[in-house]
Amino acid sequence: MATVNTNHKACTVNPLKMSQPIGAALAFMGLNNCMPTLHGSQGCTSFGLVLFVRHFREMIPMQTTAMNEVTTILGGMENIEQAIMNIWQRAKPDVIGLASTGLTETKGDDVDAYLKLIRARHSEIADMAIVYASTPDYVGAFQDGWSKAVTCIVQETAVPCSVKQVNRVNVLPGSHLTPGDIDEIREIIEAFGLDAVFIPDISGSLDGHIPEDFTPTTLGGTTLEQLRTMGAARATIAIGEQMHAAAIELEMKTGVPYTMFDRLTGLEANDRFLQHLSVLSGKPVPMKYRRQRSQLQDAMLDAHFFTGGKKVAIGAEPDLLWSLGNFLVEMGCELGAVVTTTHSPVLEKLPAEEVLIGDLEDLEMRAKECDLLITHSHGRQMAERLKLPFLRYGFPTFDRLGAAHKVTVGYQGTKELVFELGNTFLADEHDATPETWRDRIRTDFGEVDTASACTSNGSCASCN
Amino acid sequence: MATLSEKVQDVFNEPGCDKNQAKGEKERKKGCTKQLTPGAAAGGCAFDGAKIALQPITDVAHLVHGPIACEGNGWDNRGAKSSGSQLYRTGFTTDINELDVIYGGEKRLFKSVREIIDKYDPPAVFVYQTCVTALIGDDIEAVCKAATAKFGKPIIPVNAPGFVGAKNLGNKLAGEALLEYVIGTEEPEFTTPYDINIIGEYNLAGELWQIKPLLDELGIRVLSCISGDAKYKEVAYSHRARAAMMVCSKAMINVARKMEERYGIPFFEGSFYGISDTSESLRQIANLLVARGAPSDIIMRTEKLIFREEIRAWKQINHYRPKLQGKKVLLITGGVKSWSVVSALQESGMEIVGTSVKKSTDEDKEKIKDLMGEDAHMFDDMRPRDMYAMLKESRADIMLSGGRSQFVALKVKMPWLDINQERHHAYAGYVGMVELVKQIEQALYHPVWEQVRRPAPWETVPAITAEAKAA
Repeated sequence: MATVNTNHKACTVNPLKMSQPIGAALAFMGLNNCMPTLHGSQGCTSFGLVLFVRHFREMIPMQTTAMNEVTTILGGMENIEQAIMNIWQRAKPDVIGLASTGLTETKGDDVDAYLKLIRARHSEIADMAIVYASTPDYVGAFQDGWSKAVTCIVQETAVPCSVKQVNRVNVLPGSHLTPGDIDEIREIIEAFGLDAVFIPDISGSLDGHIPEDFTPTTLGGTTLEQLRTMGAARATIAIGEQMHAAAIELEMKTGVPYTMFDRLTGLEANDRFLQHLSVLSGKPVPMKYRRQRSQLQDAMLDAHFFTGGKKVAIGAEPDLLWSLGNFLVEMGCELGAVVTTTHSPVLEKLPAEEVLIGDLEDLEMRAKECDLLITHSHGRQMAERLKLPFLRYGFPTFDRLGAAHKVTVGYQGTKELVFELGNTFLADEHDATPETWRDRIRTDFGEVDTASACTSNGSCASCN
Repeated sequence: MATLSEKVQDVFNEPGCDKNQAKGEKERKKGCTKQLTPGAAAGGCAFDGAKIALQPITDVAHLVHGPIACEGNGWDNRGAKSSGSQLYRTGFTTDINELDVIYGGEKRLFKSVREIIDKYDPPAVFVYQTCVTALIGDDIEAVCKAATAKFGKPIIPVNAPGFVGAKNLGNKLAGEALLEYVIGTEEPEFTTPYDINIIGEYNLAGELWQIKPLLDELGIRVLSCISGDAKYKEVAYSHRARAAMMVCSKAMINVARKMEERYGIPFFEGSFYGISDTSESLRQIANLLVARGAPSDIIMRTEKLIFREEIRAWKQINHYRPKLQGKKVLLITGGVKSWSVVSALQESGMEIVGTSVKKSTDEDKEKIKDLMGEDAHMFDDMRPRDMYAMLKESRADIMLSGGRSQFVALKVKMPWLDINQERHHAYAGYVGMVELVKQIEQALYHPVWEQVRRPAPWETVPAITAEAKAA
């Protein structure tokens, strides 16, 4: 159980957090033939775009309503209308995913009403879905934006279906899952003879494939047809606490029951997941996964020598923190310093003393006694200063390749994580020298001070 | 003190800008920022531009007053290098919350400045205004004035909120902040007749250091580089330079021109990209210094250095020439870089099949026409789809552009080279040009192309079908 604190600084130094609108934009990128659009100034989109390009090393479709001083004050309806019509004319997307920003929320644009008026004026765009999420920059963080966008996608597109697809399962993945994670989860679910439809599905659009032709919108991801038939599924699986709201929304709108999985990293977490799939499908757990489970057990045994007793400093968004943090503790590590970005019900359940909602400066102050640093790429400066081994997890990872293909879910993904952790500690082992213990004995056990010997005549603890 | 809109008008009405001077009174008032099309716009905002221009000042704290998006989504993302302090890479932001939006963020801003001074003790703090805090009426100028008085250190307001315009305008507004609050506020320990300013050079990938050894050899001192690898005090005493060179197109022309007006520092516009441009710039520096009273032998010494360096560079470039001769290059970049890189590439035997002139002035376009001939392929705003088609149809062998369009090339399995802010290689001066040519050669002849272009075996031979097997 952890105490959850918020730092009380006026100035954030070295932000861990990113803003809600780009979290929403990433969720929209998991829809097929979609154009994520931020309702704000051109910079709001441009900063996000650059960040996504650096992380995924992919072409990123993302547009802006290009608000300026005057349009902000007069209201952004015209800009939204123009943006929608321009995007429609140029790219003919199936979906426009619209997210507001700090700028337009401060002004108080009533985007829901604007969209109604725009729809009334333009019958030609009737078939195009428009999903709007309210995501002010000055509230919450990246994963909140993702969570809100997915909830809005469900609200906007899910309908009850009378004809059921008996094998279909809806999966609502949190923003902490990579395209590689999603592929792995899909494979596991399909091994039980079930069809998994991910909402949203960035494994289709941001997995780094080479398309045959140029497209200005997303390519791959959940199709509009799949969104409209969410209600036909037999069950929904939500992964990560941030998806709770969307799962509830989906059940309320369509009657499809949901099951929450707080994480899919770790032995026990995956046992629960596979058992659930087995019950759901009425099929036994395939041999392939029984074998993988045994491999994971073996990997954990091999690694536990090196991970036990290590102190880890970790900075991550709540759901990623929950996945990695719990697993680190299961591998015998101690969470020596924990910083996150936004509130979540999982935080106080984390096996750490304190969880701080703060920044990387806070983490740096607390990480001095730690053996390993885990955070996104912005941890690189502090890792260098503290001379700590550093594992990059989370978004953005811009100074290493393959961020989209990193897998930490399933038995196999967990096994990869075990090896990465173990190897990092192995590489950082320090050889003993004749002096190693000389200082330690002096400082750790305390030197006997003979000069000021005990004068309490046998009444103190050390005399007895 | 001028209001923000007056300042915007002032930088739009830049007499040093030929493009501006060619306009009528009414057109000029509209400014040089093109009205953006919602749903079809690209590029950074004014705040982005201001930050690009000033962040290379290494020893100050850059504090962004706004919600998390403005700093959280974009900090530590550029390749401007420092020879000393790393403080400029630390992300400082007030990260305002909902209550600040309602009650105002000025107090949080003031406290933030105090915390920064207590913890990091920089020689100055630059405070950047953003859209939200501008909209709610936070007066950053007043807060900075109070903070300067309270802490006895320069706290500099940079009033360029994103929604006033595009990146280029932000560059200029950043320049205005330097002119108003920084330049001329300190004095150098000593001056020499060989002191120059380099304006608009950001030391990306360390490019300034490709030029500095040449200047050092000539005895020319870079009194202040605005703003690559600069220390605060260097910018503050830059008004004592004898001459100035303006590097990056028109981005900071207001700084160069107003410094000429106020302090009598003559400037010229030059480039360190390409061999002949580098030589020409060195000549101009020497000439300007002599015109300002430096001993005239520097002109001969400069010529000698140019002679030596050019021969050395050509020798190295000729080594690559046979492999580059006739290769077709698509060059997508902004501003003055277009023509300076065009001439550089032509020097090594390549053919430029197209170049973007989105941010170029008419003068730039004329220069490109001179270099590439009347039928030069200049694109005002090339859509990614068109770049894709051009590469796919092999009308170009390689694309040079900024990071955002790299995948247009890579996805058609064509070579691409980064020539923008995030690049890892430095391309300035003689050594830089050799490096660029070397990188192009490496990209063109990389073994990866042949492998990734080869189709899978089952795509070329007739598929083994069930019937064929049965037969």
